[in-house]
Amino acid sequence: MTLYVSGGNTIVSAFASGRYRVFGETLDIALGNCLDVFAREAGFKQRKGMPLGAAVEQSAVGGKTLISLPYVVKGMDLSLSGLLTAAKSLLHEGKYKLEDLCYSLQEHAFSMVTEVTERALAHTEKKELLLTGGVAANKRLQLMLSAVAEEHESKLNVVPREFAMDNGAMIAWTGALSYKHGCLTPINESHVNLRWRIDKVDVPWAK
Amino acid sequence: MGEMTERTLLKKGAEASLYAAEWHGKSVVIKARLPKKYRPEKLDKTIRTYRTVHEPQLMHEAKKAGVPTPIIYLVDVENAIIIMEHINGRQVKKLLEDLVANERENLCVKIGELIAKLHKNGIIHGDLTTSNMILNDEGKVYLVDFGLGEKNAELEAKGVDLHLMKRALQSTHYQHAEECFLAIVKGYNSVLENEAKDVLDKIKEIERRGRYVAERKQERQNEVSV
Repeated sequence: MTLYVSGGNTIVSAFASGRYRVFGETLDIALGNCLDVFAREAGFKQRKGMPLGAAVEQSAVGGKTLISLPYVVKGMDLSLSGLLTAAKSLLHEGKYKLEDLCYSLQEHAFSMVTEVTERALAHTEKKELLLTGGVAANKRLQLMLSAVAEEHESKLNVVPREFAMDNGAMIAWTGALSYKHGCLTPINESHVNLRWRIDKVDVPWAK
Repeated sequence: MGEMTERTLLKKGAEASLYAAEWHGKSVVIKARLPKKYRPEKLDKTIRTYRTVHEPQLMHEAKKAGVPTPIIYLVDVENAIIIMEHINGRQVKKLLEDLVANERENLCVKIGELIAKLHKNGIIHGDLTTSNMILNDEGKVYLVDFGLGEKNAELEAKGVDLHLMKRALQSTHYQHAEECFLAIVKGYNSVLENEAKDVLDKIKEIERRGRYVAERKQERQNEVSV
């Protein structure tokens, strides 16, 4: 079972019969996007090689008080846009400490992601959980997921940061596997597809 | 909680643990929403209490709408425990693949009718999967697990509810997902008539909101040419 959390994706998927099947996903914005937008609104500065949202993690460490925010889980899917809107409006109200808002935003968003992941784990009874994407580096998220994995006798693995974010090796490796398994596209038929769903692609190399 | 035999674990779900027991001579299921260590205590308590209070209310509403659900015997809000009737039957998830095509269609039509009855009465199930449907020995379909449900008559909520059903079929019953969903829609249409079309249109809109969708891919391809 894979949890892929980045600026563009929030997907819980697992391999079955030739394809990755999507068990849970966001109904609107992605987790990384939610954190990035909040970080921008809060005026955080981006550090080199890190998503802007990573600043929320740093600030959240100093948070102590949990502020109540929307928590929206629908089956194995989740919705983050209402949470972001609520967090942004509290930020502009200026009544709360920024650390507490960052802490509360993370706790709510990560609890939702962890709950849907746990649902998928309980449903499929998979024994390994892989965490990847730009938000995978977040220590608090890792901690929550390892607690859930342990409870379901599953093992959590985290993809190292240099491979978890967009990188050439990932693309080249997928290309090499495709080539080896005869998935070929002639140059004149090749095109850019930015919105390919993971569950629409045949994966003959996985078992 | 009175006379109760020793409980045996039926299923350790994500949201709750289910136990079977005999209670005052009745076969019951005990649904216990145990604390989750991963989330803050305050949030954990809020979520567990909210769901424990709302689930039985929705099950009661569902019954009034003509949708079979287990009888509730006891609600212990403080400990987030619900004691309910044990339904003798099989999970639809476990039997759907084994049915022959027309049996499978009939069952899915029936499921579609039940979902429509809920929606007609402003009840959203919130977690429509074949794991949450039980076919009893007399051929009656029970809906269970209303923990994520709500009272909501809006088109948006109904659309998301049915969209989740479709998604659950695609991930768990991918060989038969399309035919099953079509049969569900058939049953849904037969009860909701005019409104059903609006709900189905809403599903298309909901799907377009996701990042990776075929419709938007088409739009993009018209823009991007290499």
